[in-house]
Amino acid sequence: MGESLVRARGLVKRFGGYTAVDGIDVDIAPGEAFGFLGPNGAGKSTTMRMIGAVSPPTAGELRVLGMDPAVDGPAIRRRLGVVPQTDNLDLELTVEENLLVYGRYFGLPRATVRARAAELLDFVQLTDRAGDRVEPLSGGMKRRVTIARALVNDPDVVLLDEPTTGLDPQARHVLWERLYRLKQRGVTLVLTTHYMDEAEQLCDRLVVMDKGRIAAQGSPAELIAAWSTREVCELRFPLTEGGPGPAAHADALAPLTARGLAERVEVLPDRLLLYTDDGDAALSAVLAHGLQPVSSLVRRSSLEDVFLRLTGRTLVD
Amino acid sequence: MPGPAAWSLFLQRLTAHRHYWRSSAIGSVLEPVLFLAAMGLVLGSLVDRGPGVPGGVGYLAFLAPGLLVAAAMQTATGESSYPVLGAIKWDRTYEALLATPARPVDLVAGHLLYVAFRVTTSAAAFLLVLLAFGAARSPLVVLTVPVALLTGLAFAAPVTALAARLEEDAAFAALQRFLLVPMFLFSGTFFPVEQLPAVLRGIAYATPLWHGVTLARDLALGTAEAGPALLHAGYLLLWTAAGAVLAARALTRRLVR
Repeated sequence: MGESLVRARGLVKRFGGYTAVDGIDVDIAPGEAFGFLGPNGAGKSTTMRMIGAVSPPTAGELRVLGMDPAVDGPAIRRRLGVVPQTDNLDLELTVEENLLVYGRYFGLPRATVRARAAELLDFVQLTDRAGDRVEPLSGGMKRRVTIARALVNDPDVVLLDEPTTGLDPQARHVLWERLYRLKQRGVTLVLTTHYMDEAEQLCDRLVVMDKGRIAAQGSPAELIAAWSTREVCELRFPLTEGGPGPAAHADALAPLTARGLAERVEVLPDRLLLYTDDGDAALSAVLAHGLQPVSSLVRRSSLEDVFLRLTGRTLVD
Repeated sequence: MPGPAAWSLFLQRLTAHRHYWRSSAIGSVLEPVLFLAAMGLVLGSLVDRGPGVPGGVGYLAFLAPGLLVAAAMQTATGESSYPVLGAIKWDRTYEALLATPARPVDLVAGHLLYVAFRVTTSAAAFLLVLLAFGAARSPLVVLTVPVALLTGLAFAAPVTALAARLEEDAAFAALQRFLLVPMFLFSGTFFPVEQLPAVLRGIAYATPLWHGVTLARDLALGTAEAGPALLHAGYLLLWTAAGAVLAARALTRRLVR
Protein backbone atom coordinates (compact mmCIF):
# COMPACT_ATOMS: atom_id res chain seq x y z
CA MET A 1 0.00 0.00 0.00
CA GLY A 2 3.02 2.28 -0.29
CA GLU A 3 4.14 4.84 2.23
CA SER A 4 0.96 6.89 2.62
CA LEU A 5 -0.15 7.56 6.19
CA VAL A 6 -3.55 8.47 4.85
CA ARG A 7 -4.89 7.10 1.62
CA ALA A 8 -8.40 7.78 0.35
CA ARG A 9 -9.94 6.69 -2.92
CA GLY A 10 -13.40 7.84 -3.97
CA LEU A 11 -14.16 8.74 -0.36
CA VAL A 12 -17.81 9.73 0.16
CA LYS A 13 -19.78 10.91 3.18
CA ARG A 14 -23.50 11.50 3.06
CA PHE A 15 -25.78 12.69 5.85
CA GLY A 16 -29.25 11.66 4.73
CA GLY A 17 -29.68 13.23 1.33
CA TYR A 18 -26.83 15.70 1.79
CA THR A 19 -23.45 14.78 0.33
CA ALA A 20 -20.74 16.41 2.46
CA VAL A 21 -17.78 14.70 0.80
CA ASP A 22 -18.27 13.65 -2.78
CA GLY A 23 -15.61 11.19 -3.88
CA ILE A 24 -12.17 12.48 -3.00
CA ASP A 25 -8.72 10.92 -3.47
CA VAL A 26 -6.04 11.88 -0.96
CA ASP A 27 -2.53 10.64 -0.21
CA ILE A 28 -0.62 12.03 2.75
CA ALA A 29 3.03 11.08 3.17
CA PRO A 30 4.92 10.79 6.48
CA GLY A 31 6.46 14.03 7.67
CA GLU A 32 4.55 16.37 5.43
CA ALA A 33 2.22 19.18 6.37
CA PHE A 34 -0.90 18.61 4.36
CA GLY A 35 -3.77 21.04 4.11
CA PHE A 36 -7.40 21.01 3.12
CA LEU A 37 -8.18 24.55 1.98
CA GLY A 38 -11.73 25.59 1.31
CA PRO A 39 -14.65 27.69 2.49
CA ASN A 40 -17.00 26.66 5.30
CA GLY A 41 -19.16 23.76 4.19
CA ALA A 42 -16.62 22.43 1.68
CA GLY A 43 -16.45 19.07 3.48
CA LYS A 44 -13.09 19.63 5.18
CA SER A 45 -14.15 18.87 8.74
CA THR A 46 -16.14 15.82 7.66
CA THR A 47 -13.05 14.52 5.87
CA MET A 48 -11.00 15.11 9.01
CA ARG A 49 -13.53 13.23 11.13
CA MET A 50 -13.36 10.28 8.75
CA ILE A 51 -9.55 10.30 8.88
CA GLY A 52 -9.80 10.59 12.67
CA ALA A 53 -11.80 7.33 12.75
CA VAL A 54 -14.86 8.87 14.40
CA SER A 55 -17.04 9.13 11.30
CA PRO A 56 -17.59 5.99 9.22
CA PRO A 57 -17.32 6.70 5.46
CA THR A 58 -20.46 6.16 3.39
CA ALA A 59 -18.52 4.83 0.40
CA GLY A 60 -15.04 4.59 -1.03
CA GLU A 61 -11.79 3.36 0.41
CA LEU A 62 -9.95 4.84 3.37
CA ARG A 63 -6.75 3.64 5.04
CA VAL A 64 -5.21 5.50 7.94
CA LEU A 65 -1.77 4.38 9.16
CA GLY A 66 -2.31 1.33 7.00
CA MET A 67 -5.49 0.35 8.85
CA ASP A 68 -9.21 0.45 8.13
CA PRO A 69 -10.98 2.99 10.41
CA ALA A 70 -14.19 0.94 10.30
CA VAL A 71 -12.38 -2.04 11.86
CA ASP A 72 -9.37 -0.65 13.69
CA GLY A 73 -10.76 2.67 14.98
CA PRO A 74 -9.25 2.47 18.49
CA ALA A 75 -5.85 1.30 17.16
CA ILE A 76 -5.77 4.20 14.69
CA ARG A 77 -6.87 6.76 17.25
CA ARG A 78 -4.16 5.56 19.62
CA ARG A 79 -1.60 7.00 17.17
CA LEU A 80 -3.42 10.23 16.24
CA GLY A 81 -3.47 13.63 17.86
CA VAL A 82 -6.64 15.62 17.27
CA VAL A 83 -7.17 19.37 17.61
CA PRO A 84 -10.87 19.95 16.94
CA GLN A 85 -12.44 23.06 15.53
CA THR A 86 -14.10 23.96 18.83
CA ASP A 87 -12.04 23.52 21.98
CA ASN A 88 -13.33 20.64 24.05
CA LEU A 89 -11.14 20.76 27.13
CA ASP A 90 -12.48 19.61 30.48
CA LEU A 91 -13.31 22.99 32.00
CA GLU A 92 -13.58 21.53 35.50
CA LEU A 93 -9.89 20.60 35.45
CA THR A 94 -6.66 22.55 35.53
CA VAL A 95 -4.40 22.91 32.51
CA GLU A 96 -2.07 20.17 33.70
CA GLU A 97 -4.88 17.85 34.79
CA ASN A 98 -6.32 18.07 31.29
CA LEU A 99 -3.13 16.55 29.92
CA LEU A 100 -2.66 13.98 32.69
CA VAL A 101 -6.21 12.75 32.46
CA TYR A 102 -6.13 12.57 28.65
CA GLY A 103 -2.93 10.55 28.56
CA ARG A 104 -4.61 7.74 30.50
CA TYR A 105 -6.97 7.02 27.61
CA PHE A 106 -3.97 5.95 25.55
CA GLY A 107 -2.95 3.41 28.14
CA LEU A 108 0.28 5.24 28.92
CA PRO A 109 2.02 4.70 32.25
CA ARG A 110 1.40 7.45 34.76
CA ALA A 111 5.06 8.50 34.97
CA THR A 112 5.32 8.75 31.17
CA VAL A 113 2.26 10.98 30.99
CA ARG A 114 3.51 13.16 33.80
CA ALA A 115 6.89 13.69 32.15
CA ARG A 116 5.29 14.33 28.78
CA ALA A 117 2.76 16.78 30.21
CA ALA A 118 5.54 18.86 31.75
CA GLU A 119 7.46 18.83 28.48
CA LEU A 120 4.39 19.78 26.44
CA LEU A 121 3.35 22.60 28.76
CA ASP A 122 6.82 23.98 28.24
CA PHE A 123 6.46 23.52 24.47
CA VAL A 124 3.20 25.50 24.37
CA GLN A 125 4.63 28.03 26.86
CA LEU A 126 2.04 27.42 29.57
CA THR A 127 4.19 25.98 32.36
CA ASP A 128 3.33 28.93 34.60
CA ARG A 129 -0.41 28.26 34.10
CA ALA A 130 -0.19 24.50 34.79
CA GLY A 131 -2.23 24.70 38.00
CA ASP A 132 -4.85 27.15 36.70
CA ARG A 133 -8.36 26.17 35.76
CA VAL A 134 -8.86 26.06 32.01
CA GLU A 135 -12.12 28.01 31.93
CA PRO A 136 -10.81 31.59 32.38
CA LEU A 137 -7.88 31.21 29.95
CA SER A 138 -7.83 33.26 26.73
CA GLY A 139 -8.84 31.67 23.44
CA GLY A 140 -5.24 31.44 22.29
CA MET A 141 -4.14 29.76 25.51
CA LYS A 142 -7.00 27.26 25.38
CA ARG A 143 -5.95 26.41 21.84
CA ARG A 144 -2.41 25.82 23.01
CA VAL A 145 -3.64 23.55 25.81
CA THR A 146 -5.67 21.64 23.22
CA ILE A 147 -2.58 21.27 21.03
CA ALA A 148 -0.50 20.08 23.98
CA ARG A 149 -3.24 17.59 24.84
CA ALA A 150 -3.24 16.31 21.25
CA LEU A 151 0.48 15.58 21.55
CA VAL A 152 0.34 13.72 24.86
CA ASN A 153 0.41 10.30 23.16
CA ASP A 154 3.33 11.29 20.90
CA PRO A 155 1.15 10.84 17.80
CA ASP A 156 2.34 9.88 14.32
CA VAL A 157 -0.17 12.25 12.75
CA VAL A 158 -1.74 15.41 14.17
CA LEU A 159 -5.11 16.44 12.77
CA LEU A 160 -5.87 20.13 13.18
CA ASP A 161 -9.32 21.37 12.20
CA GLU A 162 -9.25 25.14 11.66
CA PRO A 163 -6.48 25.57 14.23
CA THR A 164 -6.51 29.38 14.37
CA THR A 165 -10.11 30.29 13.58
CA GLY A 166 -11.41 32.83 16.06
CA LEU A 167 -7.98 33.84 17.38
CA ASP A 168 -6.52 37.33 17.26
CA PRO A 169 -3.54 37.91 14.91
CA GLN A 170 -0.94 37.72 17.65
CA ALA A 171 -2.28 34.44 19.03
CA ARG A 172 -2.38 33.06 15.49
CA HIS A 173 1.29 33.84 14.94
CA VAL A 174 2.27 32.20 18.23
CA LEU A 175 0.36 29.11 17.18
CA TRP A 176 1.83 29.02 13.68
CA GLU A 177 5.29 29.24 15.12
CA ARG A 178 4.60 26.29 17.45
CA LEU A 179 3.09 24.22 14.63
CA TYR A 180 6.07 25.03 12.45
CA ARG A 181 8.36 23.66 15.15
CA LEU A 182 6.32 20.48 15.29
CA LYS A 183 6.66 20.13 11.56
CA GLN A 184 10.40 20.55 11.85
CA ARG A 185 10.49 17.72 14.35
CA GLY A 186 9.05 15.51 11.63
CA VAL A 187 5.48 15.29 12.94
CA THR A 188 2.97 14.79 10.13
CA LEU A 189 0.41 17.59 10.21
CA VAL A 190 -2.97 17.43 8.52
CA LEU A 191 -4.94 20.62 8.78
CA THR A 192 -8.01 22.30 7.42
CA THR A 193 -8.27 26.01 7.02
CA HIS A 194 -10.17 28.65 5.18
CA TYR A 195 -7.30 31.10 5.61
CA MET A 196 -5.02 31.15 2.61
CA ASP A 197 -2.22 32.74 4.61
CA GLU A 198 -2.37 29.84 7.07
CA ALA A 199 -2.22 27.33 4.23
CA GLU A 200 0.74 29.17 2.68
CA GLN A 201 2.56 29.39 6.01
CA LEU A 202 2.16 25.80 7.09
CA CYS A 203 1.40 23.46 4.22
CA ASP A 204 3.89 21.64 2.05
CA ARG A 205 1.04 20.37 -0.03
CA LEU A 206 -2.64 21.02 -0.08
CA VAL A 207 -5.88 20.29 -1.81
CA VAL A 208 -8.42 22.96 -2.59
CA MET A 209 -11.87 21.69 -1.63
CA ASP A 210 -15.17 23.03 -2.77
CA LYS A 211 -18.62 21.49 -2.36
CA GLY A 212 -17.25 18.14 -1.22
CA ARG A 213 -14.84 17.74 -4.11
CA ILE A 214 -11.17 18.42 -4.68
CA ALA A 215 -10.77 21.24 -7.17
CA ALA A 216 -6.96 21.19 -7.39
CA GLN A 217 -3.91 20.01 -5.51
CA GLY A 218 -0.20 20.74 -5.20
CA SER A 219 2.21 22.84 -3.20
CA PRO A 220 1.16 26.46 -2.63
CA ALA A 221 3.70 27.59 -5.24
CA GLU A 222 2.59 24.97 -7.76
CA LEU A 223 -1.05 25.88 -7.32
CA ILE A 224 -0.33 29.56 -7.81
CA ALA A 225 1.81 28.84 -10.88
CA ALA A 226 -0.84 26.58 -12.35
CA TRP A 227 -3.94 28.63 -11.63
CA SER A 228 -2.89 32.25 -11.37
CA THR A 229 -0.45 34.79 -12.74
CA ARG A 230 2.66 36.05 -11.02
CA GLU A 231 1.10 39.32 -9.94
CA VAL A 232 -2.27 40.87 -9.35
CA CYS A 233 -3.28 44.49 -9.71
CA GLU A 234 -6.24 45.34 -7.48
CA LEU A 235 -8.30 48.39 -8.39
CA ARG A 236 -10.89 49.89 -6.09
CA PHE A 237 -13.40 52.35 -7.51
CA PRO A 238 -15.74 54.66 -5.62
CA LEU A 239 -19.00 52.91 -4.81
CA THR A 240 -21.70 55.49 -5.37
CA GLU A 241 -25.43 54.80 -5.31
CA GLY A 242 -26.58 54.43 -8.92
CA GLY A 243 -23.06 55.14 -10.18
CA PRO A 244 -21.05 52.75 -12.31
CA GLY A 245 -20.22 49.49 -10.53
CA PRO A 246 -17.03 47.44 -10.92
CA ALA A 247 -18.58 45.68 -13.92
CA ALA A 248 -18.92 49.01 -15.75
CA HIS A 249 -15.30 49.80 -14.99
CA ALA A 250 -14.32 46.42 -16.33
CA ASP A 251 -16.16 47.27 -19.52
CA ALA A 252 -14.22 50.53 -19.69
CA LEU A 253 -11.04 48.48 -19.47
CA ALA A 254 -12.11 46.11 -22.23
CA PRO A 255 -10.06 47.84 -24.97
CA LEU A 256 -6.97 47.56 -22.78
CA THR A 257 -7.51 43.92 -21.87
CA ALA A 258 -7.99 43.20 -25.56
CA ARG A 259 -4.47 44.55 -26.08
CA GLY A 260 -3.05 42.25 -23.41
CA LEU A 261 -3.32 44.45 -20.30
CA ALA A 262 -4.09 41.35 -18.21
CA GLU A 263 -4.56 37.67 -18.79
CA ARG A 264 -7.77 37.73 -16.86
CA VAL A 265 -9.99 40.21 -15.03
CA GLU A 266 -12.04 39.21 -12.01
CA VAL A 267 -14.93 41.46 -11.07
CA LEU A 268 -15.65 41.45 -7.33
CA PRO A 269 -18.44 43.49 -5.73
CA ASP A 270 -15.98 46.09 -4.44
CA ARG A 271 -12.99 45.88 -6.78
CA LEU A 272 -11.40 44.63 -9.97
CA LEU A 273 -8.52 42.16 -10.02
CA LEU A 274 -6.22 42.26 -13.03
CA TYR A 275 -4.19 39.05 -13.36
CA THR A 276 -0.90 39.78 -15.05
CA ASP A 277 2.80 39.02 -14.80
CA ASP A 278 3.61 42.72 -14.48
CA GLY A 279 1.21 44.47 -12.13
CA ASP A 280 2.94 47.86 -12.20
CA ALA A 281 2.78 47.99 -15.98
CA ALA A 282 -0.92 47.13 -15.88
CA LEU A 283 -1.58 49.84 -13.30
CA SER A 284 0.26 52.45 -15.39
CA ALA A 285 -1.76 51.47 -18.44
CA VAL A 286 -5.02 51.78 -16.50
CA LEU A 287 -4.11 55.26 -15.24
CA ALA A 288 -2.91 56.33 -18.70
CA HIS A 289 -6.25 55.21 -20.08
CA GLY A 290 -7.90 57.83 -17.87
CA LEU A 291 -9.50 55.53 -15.28
CA GLN A 292 -9.25 56.83 -11.72
CA PRO A 293 -9.46 54.12 -9.04
CA VAL A 294 -9.66 55.41 -5.42
CA SER A 295 -6.95 53.00 -4.50
CA SER A 296 -4.77 50.44 -6.17
CA LEU A 297 -2.52 47.65 -5.02
CA VAL A 298 -0.02 45.53 -6.88
CA ARG A 299 0.74 42.25 -5.12
CA ARG A 300 1.87 38.71 -5.77
CA SER A 301 -0.75 36.06 -6.43
CA SER A 302 -1.94 34.05 -3.43
CA LEU A 303 -3.98 30.93 -2.82
CA GLU A 304 -6.99 33.22 -2.51
CA ASP A 305 -6.59 33.95 -6.22
CA VAL A 306 -6.28 30.25 -6.96
CA PHE A 307 -9.50 29.61 -5.10
CA LEU A 308 -11.27 32.45 -6.88
CA ARG A 309 -10.13 31.09 -10.22
CA LEU A 310 -11.21 27.54 -9.40
CA THR A 311 -14.60 28.26 -7.90
CA GLY A 312 -15.53 31.79 -8.90
CA ARG A 313 -15.90 32.63 -5.21
CA THR A 314 -13.76 34.12 -2.47
CA LEU A 315 -12.67 31.96 0.46
CA VAL A 316 -13.97 33.93 3.40
CA ASP A 317 -17.61 34.57 2.47
CA MET B 1 -18.22 -4.59 26.35
CA PRO B 2 -16.48 -1.65 28.00
CA GLY B 3 -12.68 -1.52 28.06
CA PRO B 4 -10.01 0.21 30.14
CA ALA B 5 -11.02 3.65 28.85
CA ALA B 6 -14.07 3.40 31.15
CA TRP B 7 -11.71 3.45 34.09
CA SER B 8 -9.91 6.47 32.62
CA LEU B 9 -13.19 8.39 32.46
CA PHE B 10 -13.97 7.39 36.02
CA LEU B 11 -10.61 8.79 37.13
CA GLN B 12 -11.16 11.95 35.07
CA ARG B 13 -14.50 12.59 36.78
CA LEU B 14 -12.94 11.85 40.14
CA THR B 15 -10.20 14.40 39.43
CA ALA B 16 -12.86 17.02 38.74
CA HIS B 17 -14.80 15.95 41.84
CA ARG B 18 -11.74 16.57 44.00
CA HIS B 19 -12.13 20.29 43.28
CA TYR B 20 -15.53 20.50 44.98
CA TRP B 21 -15.86 17.40 47.14
CA ARG B 22 -16.17 19.45 50.35
CA SER B 23 -19.41 21.21 49.43
CA SER B 24 -20.74 17.96 48.05
CA ALA B 25 -19.85 16.09 51.26
CA ILE B 26 -21.48 18.74 53.46
CA GLY B 27 -24.67 18.38 51.43
CA SER B 28 -24.53 14.59 51.75
CA VAL B 29 -24.65 14.89 55.55
CA LEU B 30 -26.76 17.99 56.02
CA GLU B 31 -29.65 16.91 53.84
CA PRO B 32 -30.34 13.62 55.67
CA VAL B 33 -30.04 15.42 59.02
CA LEU B 34 -32.67 17.97 57.98
CA PHE B 35 -35.03 15.41 56.46
CA LEU B 36 -34.78 12.93 59.32
CA ALA B 37 -35.21 15.67 61.91
CA ALA B 38 -38.23 17.34 60.27
CA MET B 39 -40.03 14.34 58.90
CA GLY B 40 -38.66 11.44 60.89
CA LEU B 41 -38.72 13.00 64.36
CA VAL B 42 -41.22 15.87 64.27
CA LEU B 43 -43.76 14.63 61.75
CA GLY B 44 -43.03 11.07 62.93
CA SER B 45 -44.13 11.92 66.47
CA LEU B 46 -47.57 12.79 65.09
CA VAL B 47 -47.73 9.63 62.97
CA ASP B 48 -46.71 7.42 65.87
CA ARG B 49 -49.49 8.89 68.04
CA GLY B 50 -52.05 7.64 65.48
CA PRO B 51 -52.33 4.16 63.98
CA GLY B 52 -48.70 4.45 62.84
CA VAL B 53 -47.05 2.57 59.98
CA PRO B 54 -47.42 -1.20 59.51
CA GLY B 55 -44.99 -3.56 61.18
CA GLY B 56 -45.12 -1.89 64.53
CA VAL B 57 -42.03 0.27 64.00
CA GLY B 58 -41.71 3.99 64.60
CA TYR B 59 -42.10 6.35 61.66
CA LEU B 60 -38.43 7.36 61.78
CA ALA B 61 -37.30 3.74 61.33
CA PHE B 62 -39.81 3.33 58.52
CA LEU B 63 -38.84 6.54 56.73
CA ALA B 64 -35.04 6.61 57.01
CA PRO B 65 -34.07 3.68 54.71
CA GLY B 66 -36.62 4.86 52.13
CA LEU B 67 -35.19 8.35 52.13
CA LEU B 68 -31.68 6.96 51.82
CA VAL B 69 -32.68 5.24 48.59
CA ALA B 70 -34.72 8.18 47.28
CA ALA B 71 -31.69 10.43 47.80
CA ALA B 72 -29.66 7.99 45.70
CA MET B 73 -32.22 8.39 42.91
CA GLN B 74 -31.82 12.17 43.05
CA THR B 75 -28.02 12.06 43.07
CA ALA B 76 -27.89 9.60 40.19
CA THR B 77 -30.33 11.48 37.96
CA GLY B 78 -28.66 14.79 38.77
CA GLU B 79 -25.28 13.42 37.68
CA SER B 80 -26.72 11.86 34.53
CA SER B 81 -28.83 14.69 33.16
CA TYR B 82 -27.16 18.10 32.72
CA PRO B 83 -23.58 16.81 33.11
CA VAL B 84 -24.07 14.22 30.36
CA LEU B 85 -25.78 16.61 27.95
CA GLY B 86 -23.02 19.11 28.76
CA ALA B 87 -20.30 16.59 27.98
CA ILE B 88 -21.99 15.89 24.65
CA LYS B 89 -23.10 19.33 23.59
CA TRP B 90 -21.78 22.24 25.66
CA ASP B 91 -18.25 21.39 26.76
CA ARG B 92 -17.98 18.59 24.18
CA THR B 93 -15.67 16.59 26.42
CA TYR B 94 -17.07 13.32 25.05
CA GLU B 95 -16.02 14.42 21.57
CA ALA B 96 -12.49 14.86 22.90
CA LEU B 97 -12.54 11.40 24.45
CA LEU B 98 -13.82 9.71 21.30
CA ALA B 99 -10.71 11.02 19.53
CA THR B 100 -8.74 8.67 21.82
CA PRO B 101 -9.07 4.88 21.70
CA ALA B 102 -12.22 5.26 23.87
CA ARG B 103 -15.57 4.16 22.41
CA PRO B 104 -19.10 5.26 23.35
CA VAL B 105 -19.63 2.11 25.41
CA ASP B 106 -16.51 3.00 27.44
CA LEU B 107 -17.90 6.47 28.12
CA VAL B 108 -21.23 5.08 29.32
CA ALA B 109 -19.47 2.58 31.58
CA GLY B 110 -17.06 5.20 32.92
CA HIS B 111 -19.90 7.59 33.61
CA LEU B 112 -21.89 4.91 35.45
CA LEU B 113 -18.80 4.02 37.49
CA TYR B 114 -18.56 7.63 38.59
CA VAL B 115 -22.28 7.75 39.41
CA ALA B 116 -21.78 4.55 41.39
CA PHE B 117 -19.03 6.25 43.36
CA ARG B 118 -21.15 9.35 44.03
CA VAL B 119 -24.20 7.37 45.05
CA THR B 120 -22.24 4.98 47.26
CA THR B 121 -20.40 7.70 49.14
CA SER B 122 -23.57 9.78 49.61
CA ALA B 123 -25.51 6.73 50.77
CA ALA B 124 -22.72 5.84 53.21
CA ALA B 125 -22.94 9.35 54.66
CA PHE B 126 -26.72 8.97 54.88
CA LEU B 127 -26.26 5.62 56.64
CA LEU B 128 -24.08 7.26 59.30
CA VAL B 129 -26.77 9.88 59.91
CA LEU B 130 -29.42 7.17 60.03
CA LEU B 131 -27.42 5.29 62.64
CA ALA B 132 -26.85 8.48 64.63
CA PHE B 133 -30.63 9.01 64.68
CA GLY B 134 -31.03 5.49 66.02
CA ALA B 135 -33.22 4.53 63.08
CA ALA B 136 -31.71 1.09 62.41
CA ARG B 137 -33.41 -2.11 63.58
CA SER B 138 -31.04 -4.70 62.09
CA PRO B 139 -27.31 -5.00 61.36
CA LEU B 140 -28.36 -5.69 57.77
CA VAL B 141 -29.00 -1.95 57.58
CA VAL B 142 -25.48 -1.67 56.10
CA LEU B 143 -26.86 -3.37 52.98
CA THR B 144 -29.01 -0.31 52.31
CA VAL B 145 -25.88 1.22 50.74
CA PRO B 146 -25.59 -1.39 47.97
CA VAL B 147 -29.36 -1.13 47.49
CA ALA B 148 -28.96 2.62 47.05
CA LEU B 149 -26.22 1.89 44.53
CA LEU B 150 -28.46 -0.47 42.54
CA THR B 151 -31.32 2.04 42.64
CA GLY B 152 -29.06 4.90 41.61
CA LEU B 153 -27.78 2.98 38.59
CA ALA B 154 -31.31 1.94 37.65
CA PHE B 155 -32.03 5.66 37.22
CA ALA B 156 -28.62 6.83 35.99
CA ALA B 157 -28.52 4.46 33.01
CA PRO B 158 -31.88 5.35 31.42
CA VAL B 159 -31.46 9.06 32.22
CA THR B 160 -28.06 8.93 30.48
CA ALA B 161 -29.78 7.36 27.47
CA LEU B 162 -32.30 10.20 27.53
CA ALA B 163 -29.59 12.86 27.85
CA ALA B 164 -27.75 11.36 24.88
CA ARG B 165 -30.80 11.97 22.71
CA LEU B 166 -31.66 15.49 23.79
CA GLU B 167 -30.89 18.71 21.95
CA GLU B 168 -32.28 20.96 24.69
CA ASP B 169 -32.19 20.61 28.46
CA ALA B 170 -35.88 21.49 28.94
CA ALA B 171 -36.77 17.80 29.14
CA PHE B 172 -34.80 17.47 32.38
CA ALA B 173 -37.12 19.91 34.15
CA ALA B 174 -40.08 17.90 32.86
CA LEU B 175 -38.46 14.67 33.98
CA GLN B 176 -38.02 16.12 37.46
CA ARG B 177 -41.52 17.57 37.66
CA PHE B 178 -43.58 14.79 36.10
CA LEU B 179 -41.65 11.64 36.95
CA LEU B 180 -39.12 12.02 39.74
CA VAL B 181 -41.09 14.19 42.16
CA PRO B 182 -44.27 12.08 41.86
CA MET B 183 -42.14 8.94 42.24
CA PHE B 184 -40.41 10.41 45.27
CA LEU B 185 -43.78 11.19 46.86
CA PHE B 186 -45.82 8.14 45.89
CA SER B 187 -43.43 5.17 45.64
CA GLY B 188 -43.43 4.15 49.26
CA THR B 189 -40.81 6.47 50.69
CA PHE B 190 -43.17 8.34 53.01
CA PHE B 191 -46.04 5.90 53.39
CA PRO B 192 -46.79 2.29 52.37
CA VAL B 193 -48.12 2.14 48.80
CA GLU B 194 -50.92 -0.08 50.15
CA GLN B 195 -52.51 3.24 51.15
CA LEU B 196 -52.91 4.12 47.45
CA PRO B 197 -55.87 3.29 45.17
CA ALA B 198 -55.25 0.09 43.20
CA VAL B 199 -54.33 1.82 39.92
CA LEU B 200 -51.73 4.07 41.52
CA ARG B 201 -50.43 1.16 43.55
CA GLY B 202 -49.85 -0.78 40.32
CA ILE B 203 -47.89 2.13 38.91
CA ALA B 204 -45.86 2.39 42.10
CA TYR B 205 -44.92 -1.32 41.88
CA ALA B 206 -43.55 -0.71 38.39
CA THR B 207 -41.19 2.07 39.46
CA PRO B 208 -37.59 1.15 40.24
CA LEU B 209 -37.78 3.42 43.27
CA TRP B 210 -40.46 1.32 44.99
CA HIS B 211 -38.30 -1.79 44.61
CA GLY B 212 -35.26 0.01 46.00
CA VAL B 213 -37.16 1.58 48.89
CA THR B 214 -38.90 -1.65 49.82
CA LEU B 215 -35.72 -3.72 49.72
CA ALA B 216 -33.77 -1.15 51.77
CA ARG B 217 -36.57 -0.93 54.32
CA ASP B 218 -36.83 -4.71 54.67
CA LEU B 219 -33.10 -4.86 55.29
CA ALA B 220 -33.04 -1.98 57.77
CA LEU B 221 -35.94 -3.42 59.74
CA GLY B 222 -34.59 -6.98 59.59
CA THR B 223 -37.65 -8.29 57.75
CA ALA B 224 -36.00 -9.08 54.41
CA GLU B 225 -36.56 -12.45 52.75
CA ALA B 226 -34.27 -13.90 50.10
CA GLY B 227 -36.87 -14.43 47.35
CA PRO B 228 -38.41 -10.95 47.23
CA ALA B 229 -34.99 -9.39 47.86
CA LEU B 230 -33.56 -11.08 44.77
CA LEU B 231 -36.58 -10.01 42.71
CA HIS B 232 -36.17 -6.39 43.79
CA ALA B 233 -32.45 -6.45 43.01
CA GLY B 234 -33.02 -8.18 39.69
CA TYR B 235 -35.60 -5.61 38.65
CA LEU B 236 -33.16 -2.79 39.42
CA LEU B 237 -30.38 -4.54 37.47
CA LEU B 238 -32.74 -4.93 34.53
CA TRP B 239 -33.30 -1.17 34.39
CA THR B 240 -29.57 -0.61 34.67
CA ALA B 241 -28.68 -3.04 31.89
CA ALA B 242 -31.41 -1.86 29.51
CA GLY B 243 -30.56 1.78 30.19
CA ALA B 244 -26.85 1.21 29.64
CA VAL B 245 -27.42 -0.54 26.31
CA LEU B 246 -29.74 2.25 25.14
CA ALA B 247 -27.29 4.90 26.35
CA ALA B 248 -24.35 3.38 24.46
CA ARG B 249 -26.49 3.10 21.35
CA ALA B 250 -27.74 6.68 21.61
CA LEU B 251 -24.25 8.02 22.22
CA THR B 252 -22.91 6.15 19.20
CA ARG B 253 -25.67 7.50 16.98
CA ARG B 254 -25.07 11.00 18.29
CA LEU B 255 -21.28 11.22 18.22
CA VAL B 256 -19.99 8.61 15.77
CA ARG B 257 -21.65 9.65 12.53
